[in-house]
Amino acid sequence: MNEEALEAVGDYRYGFHDPENATIRFDKGLSEQVVRDISELKNEPQWMTDIRIKAYRHFEERAMPDWGNCNLLDSINFENVTYFLRSSNKTEKNWDDVPDDIKNTFNRLGIPEAEQKWLGGVTAQYESEAVYHSIREDLEEQGVIFLDMDTGLKTHPELVKKFFGTVVPHSDNKFSALNTAVWSGGSFIYVPKGVSVEMPVQAYFRINAKNMGQFERTLIIADEGSTIHYVEGCTAPSYSTDSLHSAVVELIAMEGAKIRYSTVQNWSNNVYNLVTKRAVAHKNATVEWVDGNIGSKLTMKYPSVLLKGEGAHAEVISVAYAGEGQHQDAGAKVHHLAPNTTSNILSKSISKNGGRSSYRGMLQVMPKATGCRSKVVCDALILDDSSRSDTYPTMEIGNATADLEHEASVSKVSSDQLFYLMSRGLPEEEAMGLIVNGFFEPFTRELPMEYAVELNKLLELEMEGSIG
Amino acid sequence: MLRVENLHVSVEGTSIIKGLNLKIHRGEIHVIMGRNGAGKSTLANVVMGHPAYEITDGSIFFEGRPLEEMAVFERARAGMFLSFQYPAVIPGVQVGTFLKKSVASVRDDPPKGRVFRKELNAAMAQLEMDKSFLSRYVNDGFSGGEKKRLEMLQMLLLKPTLALLDETDSGLDIDALRIVAKGINQIAPEAGCLIITHYQRLLDHVKPHFVHAMIDGAIVKTGGPELALELEERGYDWLDAAA
Repeated sequence: MNEEALEAVGDYRYGFHDPENATIRFDKGLSEQVVRDISELKNEPQWMTDIRIKAYRHFEERAMPDWGNCNLLDSINFENVTYFLRSSNKTEKNWDDVPDDIKNTFNRLGIPEAEQKWLGGVTAQYESEAVYHSIREDLEEQGVIFLDMDTGLKTHPELVKKFFGTVVPHSDNKFSALNTAVWSGGSFIYVPKGVSVEMPVQAYFRINAKNMGQFERTLIIADEGSTIHYVEGCTAPSYSTDSLHSAVVELIAMEGAKIRYSTVQNWSNNVYNLVTKRAVAHKNATVEWVDGNIGSKLTMKYPSVLLKGEGAHAEVISVAYAGEGQHQDAGAKVHHLAPNTTSNILSKSISKNGGRSSYRGMLQVMPKATGCRSKVVCDALILDDSSRSDTYPTMEIGNATADLEHEASVSKVSSDQLFYLMSRGLPEEEAMGLIVNGFFEPFTRELPMEYAVELNKLLELEMEGSIG
Repeated sequence: MLRVENLHVSVEGTSIIKGLNLKIHRGEIHVIMGRNGAGKSTLANVVMGHPAYEITDGSIFFEGRPLEEMAVFERARAGMFLSFQYPAVIPGVQVGTFLKKSVASVRDDPPKGRVFRKELNAAMAQLEMDKSFLSRYVNDGFSGGEKKRLEMLQMLLLKPTLALLDETDSGLDIDALRIVAKGINQIAPEAGCLIITHYQRLLDHVKPHFVHAMIDGAIVKTGGPELALELEERGYDWLDAAA
């Protein structure tokens, strides 16, 4: 990348882009024909084409959400988005076979290195489809299925058909309809009964082209008594025009299963990140969303858990960082549908340089769900007077046996904290960086160590040049 | 090494220090005593560079350099250290991480890896601190005594040439007091020390060269260790006329 481009990127380290060598690129814009073309190109079964068409029609009719950041939402031009772009004709199992420029990108992002060190499997998606995919042999031998979604549909159509859209129906919202219509890529995971996947598996999503739309679709099924930890990361080049990322993630935790889904979202500041993530937890199952939102122009994302079986547990830990020109509208939703279900929600946000962070939460306890317990904690840290933080908590409590705790705080970094750290030799920016890292610590300690270190570095970079 | 000349300081428009003069040389232990509100803590904070305090007149020099040109972190790097009366809580930041960062920032040739570990363990053993301190968050949920021990630990690791101790002895039991005194005595031969205190009992363990009585923002009397005993016994009223 030349120096000019580097300068334009500023602090965002992943803003570089490769030359675009598409093998197939659709014209911009969306129509029923585009949806049919995607399905045909992928050689999909008729039932999937039908679902796509139905979803497309719903998307066309469905109004934009009338809540959240309506101005930004209304500024999305769906006609100026590329809905499908294939950059490599195959999904490779060996990094050496991945086209050079794409391979170099993932090298710069440290993916092959991480894979060798601590991951059980990796899928790397570039634009619309996976370019690399691999899983450790021992996991495969235990019957673990870890595929990109397109391959999953080809090789396990019965499983996909059974679960696809059962947790997030296409009609859930405008963007789940869009995703269902044009989805491409994402992960498909099935963990057999009683199998514990000890090493995390990772998916990495990269948008490279301008005005690209990425619509991955992920479906994870953890059968009875199994466990899995899935990690996703995402970055994109910094362009002056906008890109759209609209994913749907569905998790199904069967009786006694445990799914942890960790995200470090670091899109460049020209990406609209409008994602629907939802899980179903059956009897005594646990679902944990560990959700970090650092990048993007506008994020709207509220990882949800439906606690459907008695004794199920939900954990949602999220952080959001909103810098200049960013709005992070994030939060969590937990629905207690069965008795004796429990949940913990911890949300932390930082706003800086005019950034805006919003916590939007929903806690619902159904009338028949007796003996439920829930704790919600929201902390916001505002670093200057031009930034903003809002909280929109909703609680619907259907019976009197629920044990609920709710705490919320908004704070500023005190001059005494800064002075204390500076008196120990830290320049103001480093002192601020340390305070910010400490604020996010309850989140970072839940991440695999490599991610935690990376995130801390990232936040320190964000603090540079921020003190006036 | 520290020279304070005709210092005037105000906070939010209220004048606190009114014409204070003080010289501290390497190897000297100075004690400042005075009533609450006399300006003792203000002096320590203003020397270290707290942004809330405004110097309206006079100057402070550290090793010949006017302090006004030095940012707070530069003062620390030049060898100044303030043991806080009320150390700030930094949630989520582990003591171990903080100490490592601080030592790396302040010392010219910071010890690394095992050498640092060894030094850290030795200092903690000396202060009778448990290793579990290192994984706790900085001052978060610490008792008064634990906070003061952590201040002393930082002082031992940062090896300052000028140590300002702001009521480091307040609220300590006799054992903690002895431990704090040990820390001060260890650095004292190579450094200048300014101890702010209300009580003479710390001086059973630390022998000052000079004791100053501060009243209404100025030093009104200077003497030897005997002055501390006298102040504790007689209070400050007899000095008001001098102010």
